[in-house]
Amino acid sequence: MIERAHVLICSGSNCISRGSKSLRQEFEDNLSRLGIRDEIKLVNTGCVGLCEQGPFVIVYPEGVFYAQVKMKDIKTICDEHLYKGRIVEKLVFDEALTETKEVRAFDEIKFYAKQTRVALRNCGLINPDDIEEYIARDGYRGLGKVLIDMTPISVIEEMIKSGLRGRGGGGFSTGLKWKFAYNNKSDQKYVICNADEGDPGAFMDRALLEGDPHSILEGLMIAGYAIGADKGYIYVRIEYPTAIEKLKVAIKQAKEYGLLGNNIFGTGFNFDIEIRLGAGAFVCGEETALIASIEGARGMSRNKPPFPAERGLWGKPTIINNVETLANIPAVIFQGADWFSRIGTEKSKGTKVFSLGGNIKNAGLVEVPMGTTLREVIYEIGGGIPKNKMLKAVQTGGPSGGAIPESNLDLPIEYETLIAAGSMMGSGGMVVIDEDNCMVDICRFYLEFTVEESCGKCTPCREGTKKMLEMLQIISSGEGTLEHLDKLEQLARMVKSSSLCGLGQAAPNPILSMLDNFRDEFEAHVVDKKCPGGVCKPLIKLLVTDDCIGCTKCAQNCPVNCISGSIKQLHTIDTSACIKCGICKNICPVDAIVSI
Amino acid sequence: MKSLDDLKKIRDAAQKKVTMRGKNDGTRILVGMATCGISAGARPVMNRFVEEIAKRDLNTVTVTPVGCIGECAIEPIVEVLQGEERTTYCKVTEEAVERIINEHIIGGKVVTDYVIGKYRL
Repeated sequence: MIERAHVLICSGSNCISRGSKSLRQEFEDNLSRLGIRDEIKLVNTGCVGLCEQGPFVIVYPEGVFYAQVKMKDIKTICDEHLYKGRIVEKLVFDEALTETKEVRAFDEIKFYAKQTRVALRNCGLINPDDIEEYIARDGYRGLGKVLIDMTPISVIEEMIKSGLRGRGGGGFSTGLKWKFAYNNKSDQKYVICNADEGDPGAFMDRALLEGDPHSILEGLMIAGYAIGADKGYIYVRIEYPTAIEKLKVAIKQAKEYGLLGNNIFGTGFNFDIEIRLGAGAFVCGEETALIASIEGARGMSRNKPPFPAERGLWGKPTIINNVETLANIPAVIFQGADWFSRIGTEKSKGTKVFSLGGNIKNAGLVEVPMGTTLREVIYEIGGGIPKNKMLKAVQTGGPSGGAIPESNLDLPIEYETLIAAGSMMGSGGMVVIDEDNCMVDICRFYLEFTVEESCGKCTPCREGTKKMLEMLQIISSGEGTLEHLDKLEQLARMVKSSSLCGLGQAAPNPILSMLDNFRDEFEAHVVDKKCPGGVCKPLIKLLVTDDCIGCTKCAQNCPVNCISGSIKQLHTIDTSACIKCGICKNICPVDAIVSI
Repeated sequence: MKSLDDLKKIRDAAQKKVTMRGKNDGTRILVGMATCGISAGARPVMNRFVEEIAKRDLNTVTVTPVGCIGECAIEPIVEVLQGEERTTYCKVTEEAVERIINEHIIGGKVVTDYVIGKYRL
């Protein structure tokens, strides 16, 4: 029996956490009940991207995009859409409906229409557990092309020509990195996939590993052939169980199909891939610490040079590429460097995947051509800020990056422009910050993270990050002075210039960029003893405005009973007893409680 | 995997698995599948379309069940959409399916024996 319809169920980690795992069985049961199980193909795919609206079910051939699907909705979809052919409009993602209530196909939705998918080309579209679906989408043809038609050095030249730069954050030319390793003669070389995604809020690599694991394997093999390595490692954190499982299935299938192992494509090229699990330490995303961890040592970085391309894993020439970089490689090779370099800008070629999060309507995974402006990403793809709040800044690069203020929103996304704006591309975290956030508090959050993750080997990072955090705590408690701001800046510059590895060198970036762009907010904390975002508890007061409708919700939910007022009367907060927990503010139906 | 040809063979066979996902600009066959259609026998008709299309490797043709278009008396109704051109067949039987595929979808000639106009006259 050939299926007449395909039902794609998003099974990325974000949707699984929203309950998509049990949806498949519910489909099975309902389709069997209707006697049409044979006619419909059920496919569990990787991340579809619009995580805020998950779990998703997409029905082809129409391409109908159902969002926020719950268990009880499955029966309706089966009875109405799959059995009788009537699209269930009330379950369709609202942006997929036109004004006349016609259903738009999934790739015509605004969220997707502005995107260009290169790295994510198969994500959410194929079943990651079926190698044939990857092959059907031209998978492994890039590998075939390099093994049969190209010499290693011509592969490297092609990569250099394409202009692909490392997507892990550094932005170094992938082709040049390979060339260094190629030029270092050795009996044994290694390639490593860095899947130790550690930035808080970033999940690009996880989505790729879960949704399209074969593209990572193929990229790794092409890299191995180019530099002369026959062994690859994928270093992935144990916090990604689904990704690990998909990788294992993919490796097993690639071996069964003879695409991994000995004498691939009859060319005599041998390659083996091993998965190494990390315990989830941020520092192990740094190349030398990652190598130490694979070797079984404690994950600590060392001095560079020698660079890994010269002396890496077990002392042999090694290249380390990030997951997203590797996912791009098969496409670059198969479609050619000229095709790839036409996407993007002069210095930043291709696309970049971002995990869009924070105060944004359509949080999720987006891939845009380099040169797209931040404004387009936030307002056109992301759908803007909920509740029409004012945007304050965009944080890129996670704990190693900085914040770009609203005034700079028309900046095109490129490696150089983001650095010039005091931030960085990073691995792709993009956190939208609105007027209700406090920049001092956000700095404090990132520093808490880096203090925890510092490996402790070098003093500037180990002690410096801790002292910076202490100063931030003093500032947010209202006991800081202007002198603290100067000292904080001085210390930040010192840590940046003297730390051993990228972790310490980048840890002060949030502070430096926010002091640069939002100094007035820091000064408000130390001079006026006010928190403009209304976040730092010692500096705020909660007040009820005249908008109060007297619903008594706040009074009922106050844990310390400090709100008084009767029904339909203006309520008041006893500020001496208030613990500033913010429950009343969040629960108020008319936003009548403000923090000042 | 011994050669690129081996990979190509797997790819060609596997493409059937995924061609449905993505833009579908080819011929669309809409089968009326409301209660009236189902009771008039639309289900075996639709299944027959799917089977025949698969058998002939017509990758650009999709079959979609749709609701009732109103003329319940002449179900099963099948519409064939090719670009702007719409052909409506009614009282479609399994034998008619084969003719529609062979003569219309492949041959490009409308099967006048089943078009709706015939019943309206």
